[in-house]
Amino acid sequence: MPTLLEIVSPDRLLLSQPVDMAVIPAAEGEMGVLPGHAPMIVLLRGGTITLHEGGRPTSRLYVSGGFAEVTPERCTVLADEAVPVAEVSRSAAEARLAEADAAYAAADKADIPALEAAMQRQQSARAMVAAAEAA
Amino acid sequence: MASLKALRARINSVKSTRKITSAMKMVAASKLKRAQTQAEAARPYAERMQRMLAALAASAAGSPNAPPMLIGTGRDQVQLLVVVTADRGLAGAFNTNVGRAARNAIQRLEGEGKTVRVITVGRKGRDYLRREYADRLIGEYSFAGKKRVEFSDVDEVAARIAAMLAAGEFDVCTVIYNRFVSVISQVPTEAQLVPLPMPEAEPEEKPAGPQAQYEFEPDEEAILAALLPRNMAIQLFRALIESAAGEQGARMSAMDNATRNAGDMINRLTLNYNRTRQANITRELIEIISGAEAL
Repeated sequence: MPTLLEIVSPDRLLLSQPVDMAVIPAAEGEMGVLPGHAPMIVLLRGGTITLHEGGRPTSRLYVSGGFAEVTPERCTVLADEAVPVAEVSRSAAEARLAEADAAYAAADKADIPALEAAMQRQQSARAMVAAAEAA
Repeated sequence: MASLKALRARINSVKSTRKITSAMKMVAASKLKRAQTQAEAARPYAERMQRMLAALAASAAGSPNAPPMLIGTGRDQVQLLVVVTADRGLAGAFNTNVGRAARNAIQRLEGEGKTVRVITVGRKGRDYLRREYADRLIGEYSFAGKKRVEFSDVDEVAARIAAMLAAGEFDVCTVIYNRFVSVISQVPTEAQLVPLPMPEAEPEEKPAGPQAQYEFEPDEEAILAALLPRNMAIQLFRALIESAAGEQGARMSAMDNATRNAGDMINRLTLNYNRTRQANITRELIEIISGAEAL
């Protein structure tokens, strides 16, 4: 029995389809979600979601961050922003990385939460560049 | 009685007004369609967010170090109102209704001895409140000239509110906006953002149920810390797109009325014009006949 993967961004429902397995970029490492997974609420970092069907990865989407709710029959991803990897633009990704780097450099080194936020943005932008390269 | 020339000019001017209002009505109708589609598209995210938050909040609300965005600061002295209106007028009572609701809220809260601060989103609300409450206005946003409200625009407002909360600049935050009930009905509504209103449904029983036993990664607090600002942005976003849809609906019905009124007025004026014309002819005939009889 496949698990239902839903990807929603604030603007719209991007994807809702049954998959055999979804690999999501959880904050503490990639996480494979199979049907019957224990219920979890997970923070996501920037990275790619990979859909597996019939034993092979079928499609990949870049997400810039967000949350996922996993239940035995369902996996709901609340993405801040989600784009199919094929549509990620290399130049936009690099522009974002440059911006994130600049923000990190400008951040107050004593202000730990701001620094962490800037680092997260950097990481998310790097994942976007990686996604663009892989496409 | 007005001269024929004046009447003719009047009729022509009302006719061109009718052309404008009926064009505006048509524009509003097509924009309404788009705004409604957007509002519907945004619904799944908000619903799922709500579900996730309910699972988290039930377990976190009891703990003493729950984040202030969830449970508030424990006081209600400083009230922040976010007033959402349109940027343009000619939409019937749409903007005035929200403005009045905001003014009532300000008067009520100040009557209770509370401090009120106001952030306006949309030009009309700012203009309305600036007259009386200029000193309470602490921020204004306007997305005039944009085709549609983007989530990123709202994020900016939400970030400001979050920063203010972190700095302890307010205790309770409420949004006042026009809820979209139907094309002809928009209801000014107050929705509380901070502290988060808890769903009243059985928070005591849930943790015991097996379906509510979520695991958290990294941990509840970290997720809540990220989820709450996002939820606030989403609530705000929802208020804005509902207001945008309501604006078009209100404008459509206002312009529909205006078009109909213009039509009525044209009929009345035309009748008047014809009567005057007929009276003139009759008068001239009488003059000619009496002239002929005198011979």
